[in-house]
Order: sequence, then structure tokens, then C-alpha cells
Amino acid sequence: MAIPAGRVTALKGLALVLVAILALILPVIAPDPATTGMAVFTVMYIGLASAWNIMGGYTGYISLGHAAFFGFGAYSFGLLLVHLNVAPGYLPFVLVPVAGLLTALLAVVIGWVALRTRAATFVIVTIAFMFMLQLLGENLVKLTGGGAGLALAYSHDWGGDFFNIPYYYAMLALAVLSVGVSWWIRRSKFGLGLLAIRDDEDKALAVGVPTRSFKLTAFVISAVLVGMIGAVYAYYVTYLYPQFAFDPLIGISMVLMAFLGGLGTVSGPVIGALLLEPAQMEFAYRFGASRLYLVFYAAVFLIVILLLPRGIVPSVADLVRNWRHRRQVGPAQQGLASP
Amino acid sequence: MTLVVEAAVLGILTGGVYALMASGLTLIFGVMRIINVGHGALVVLGAYLSFALFRSLHMDPFLSLLVTMPVMFLLGVVLQLVFIRPLKTDREALSVLVTYALALGIEGVLGYVFTTNFVELRAWYETASFEVLGFHITWVYVFGFALCLLILGALFLMLYRTSFGGAIRATMLNRTAAQLIGVDVDRVAAIAFGIGVATAAAGGVVFGITNAFNPGSHYDLISRLLTIIVLGGLGSLRGAVVAALIMLVTEDITQVLISPVWANFVFFVILVAILIVRPQGLYGVRVRDRI
Repeated sequence: MAIPAGRVTALKGLALVLVAILALILPVIAPDPATTGMAVFTVMYIGLASAWNIMGGYTGYISLGHAAFFGFGAYSFGLLLVHLNVAPGYLPFVLVPVAGLLTALLAVVIGWVALRTRAATFVIVTIAFMFMLQLLGENLVKLTGGGAGLALAYSHDWGGDFFNIPYYYAMLALAVLSVGVSWWIRRSKFGLGLLAIRDDEDKALAVGVPTRSFKLTAFVISAVLVGMIGAVYAYYVTYLYPQFAFDPLIGISMVLMAFLGGLGTVSGPVIGALLLEPAQMEFAYRFGASRLYLVFYAAVFLIVILLLPRGIVPSVADLVRNWRHRRQVGPAQQGLASP
Repeated sequence: MTLVVEAAVLGILTGGVYALMASGLTLIFGVMRIINVGHGALVVLGAYLSFALFRSLHMDPFLSLLVTMPVMFLLGVVLQLVFIRPLKTDREALSVLVTYALALGIEGVLGYVFTTNFVELRAWYETASFEVLGFHITWVYVFGFALCLLILGALFLMLYRTSFGGAIRATMLNRTAAQLIGVDVDRVAAIAFGIGVATAAAGGVVFGITNAFNPGSHYDLISRLLTIIVLGGLGSLRGAVVAALIMLVTEDITQVLISPVWANFVFFVILVAILIVRPQGLYGVRVRDRI
């Protein structure tokens, strides 16, 4: 009586199509700025968490400093926009991949240093790099404007309800790209190598996985996606400050979302972001002034890690597998079948 | 030149405070193999506890340590029991996230109770200074340094001269082997965490007198402390002390020679330079899977 595997795939495909349609027409169903604004950030975090997962989830190298690439992408985009005098409108979106390319250069350098270390030291080094870039943003006053901020031109044609829409679709495109890349890597030989590194790096090297180049490649891919999302963010918020572009909370949020949904799965970070970002924004909106939202955030975090350390997707997958297994075996043999 | 010497002296004196805070952090790592990202927040919490005692009872900040250190020790033990011990799998990665969450929680509660305005601990030695060989040195740095020497000395004595210290060092070297020869590693871990948190309180008082702080100060603090323990080699107490002194002296000299805004940056530059040459840090040992 088990559901055939083919039908599960079909169900998954159907769900995917439904989600895609919903995502595409969302601004038409709910055009008010409050909803679309929340949608921009939710889709942004879907992209960020999925991109982070390529490094953190697949290879097991936990980076708490991905906000460095987010901020760097944002600032490179902002500076290009200001210095090239690009007219606001749709044209600046062309600069997003350029910002991604610059982020790739940075990621190669940071990755080269940081990936000399493993585990705990790697975590710390990524945090250190993030603060290093934040300091650069504050100190290079002539370039970035320092703590006074960097103002970006924005389109005055996009007023009222329409303002969020172009950014929403830009973020959506990048989120789809991130999830797509993540999906492709998960199925590729490259992805298999990354998972081998996560399970046992030394053994992976012994059986011929080029661990160094694989790790660096995953790190750079992950960083580039985050950098491009940072670029769109910069254009959206129109004003950049070092402490908000290189915000440790952004770096930890994408990690938490990936953990909540399920580390190393393709759909996990998406589900994590869909659940957490709207909740977080609602809380920040209600309790922002008292900073109590940080307590809420900490509580969610602790509950997730202590009760669901593997995340939602793997836990649910286990439940489904057990259920199907039980139906196959039949109730009489259940006691024998369970390990 | 005198400015550079003065900066170096100040660097050593403040380096002592960072050595104290970092040794708590590296002790926790050594015993439990976890990175306590909440250490900075615990330092800030310690400073706020002393601030509250000062505000309500006019208690001298250094004297208030007699109250805050035991309280923070108990808090540390409770935090370890409730949040760290349940982590069974993938402890190193998960502990980073758990302690990060604790840091955010502490920041949120402190922000709620004390607001996000900057405050400072006040005492007569905060501004009073004395002159030696033509240098002006503020009393607080000397007192703070003395306090740190005292606590660090006690810590080293405890580690190297008592049987409980032996149990801690055994757990640091090899958890399973320590367990086999009868060390109650769970108890050692809880107490070591408590000790680490108590030293954070002591560091917090000196930090709070020499700096204005608010609940968000822990980000800056933890990034420095983590840099110090990586530079020294994770889990090495000696490394933490040496690295703290190197960092703070370099920072203070940069402040004089180049500019205050680049002083912080030098911190990270040293770290990167060391990591390229010696990824395990100054006193670290390169062990498979760990570094």
C-alpha cells in the first residue's frame, strides 16, 4: 500500500510549480507595500540561506562571516553606481553581476586564508574577516563615506505601491538562481565530493577528492551569490552604512534559517527562510524599540537547535519514511521491524 | 618615542585584561571543544551587574566582584547544564550557534533592562593618575592589571597544583582517556564553564571602567577575544596570555604611530598574517580534524 516513488516525485513537481506560480503572481494578489516589502526580504533570505548552505551545509564548514560578502557586494554595487553615474531605473540591475564578480575576487583571497583552518578555527576566522571588512567600510571614509553612509540614487518613477516590485523580482531571480545552483551541485559529482568532505575530509582526500580546490570553489560560489543579493539589497535600501551592510545578524540569520530547514538539503534553507523571516520582521516591528525581539530570536534559535538539531526537512523525511515502512511491513510485524 | 613607550606600557596593562577574558574563553574551549561566542556578552553582563550594584548600593566596582563572580559562576554552570550538555552530535558547530543565541538573548535582556544608552562604571581611580619616569598612568589600569594577575595566577595555580586542576587538564588532553581513569568529565565541564564565566565577570569590571559600554558592545569584544585565542592557539592558556599582550601592545602603538581608527584593524591583520604561516596559532598543536 506504499506510495510509489514515482508519485512522490510527481507530487514534488506539482508543489514546485504551485510555489513558482504563487511567487510570480504574489505582487498581484497582495500589492500593498507592507506585504511586498516583507516579500522582498523573505525572498532575499531564501537566496542567502540557500547560498550559504552550499558551503556550510554541503561541506560542513560553518561560516559565520558571510555578511562580509553581503556587505562587500552591497558596497561594490553602490560605489559602481555612484562613480559610473548610472541613471536610476532598470539599468543599474546590470551592475549586479559585476558586483558578484568583484565579490568572487574577495572570496578567493578570504577563502585561501580561511580554508587553511578547519572546524572551530574556520568559524572564528570568518567572523574576524567580517569585522575586518566592517572596519574598512568605516575607515576608508574617502571611498565609502565611513559612518556617515553612502547614498545611492534611486528611481523616482517607482512610487507608492510599485516601489517594491522591481526589487522583489530581482531578489526572486537571485533566489531561484541560488536554489538552482544548490540543487545542481547536490546532484553533481562535485556535490558528492563536498558531502564527502563534510563526512571525513581526510578520507575524502585519500580516495582522491581534490579537497582544497573543491572547498574553495564551493566557498566562492556561495560568496558570489550572497554578494549579488547584497547588491540588490543596496539598490533597495538606497543608503549604506557599514554597521548595517556588514551586520553580524544578517550573517547569523542565514545560518539559522539553513539549520531550521535542514542543513545540507536543497529545500531546507527555503523552508527555514519562509518560516523565520516573516516572523522575525513581525517581531522586530512590534518590539523593535525595546530590543526584545533579540530575545525572541534567541529563543527560536535555542529551541531549533536543542529540539530539532537536524532541521525540519530531515526530521519530516524520517517521519515519512518510518510511516511508509510501517505500512509496507504491516502492523503485526512492527515490533520486529523497528531497529 | 616616549609616546611609543607609553603606548606599549598601556598596551601591556590593558593586555592583561584581555588575557584574563581570553583565558576564560580558551579554558572553555580546551575542556569542552566548544567556542563560547557568548563570552563577550557575558563580559558585558558582568559589567552591567557591577553597574547595577554601584547604582543601587554605591558599591565599589572592584568590591562588587565578590558578589558578581559567584553569581556568574553559578550562571555559567546552569548555562552549561541547560544549553551545552544536551548537544550530543556535531557539538562544535552547534555550540557556536547556541552560544551565539545566548549572546543575542543577553543583549536583548540587557537592552530591555538598561536601554541601549552607553554607560560607564565610575570610581575615583578611573581618572586619578600618578607619574612615574615622566609617564602618566591612570590608577585603574594598574588596579585592573593587578586584579588580572591575581585571578590568572589563581587560575594557573588551580590548574597545575590541585587535583581538580589535574582533572581539567586531563579532560583537555583526552576526554575519553580522562573518563577511563575515573574523571567525572561532565562535572569538570560544568565547573570549567562556570570558572570561565566568572573570569568574564572580572574582565567585565575592568572593561567597564576603562570603556563606555552598551548591550551591543559584545560584538566588538567577542571578535577581539576570538582573534586572540585563535592567535594563541585554541585551548592554550599560555597562548591566550601571550597573544593578548601582543595584540594590545601592537594596537596601542598603532594608535599612536598611525591613527586610532586603524588600531582595531591591525588586530585582524596580525591574525591573517599568523594564519598564513601557522594555521594552528602560536601555541596550538595541529591535530587531525581539529584545527
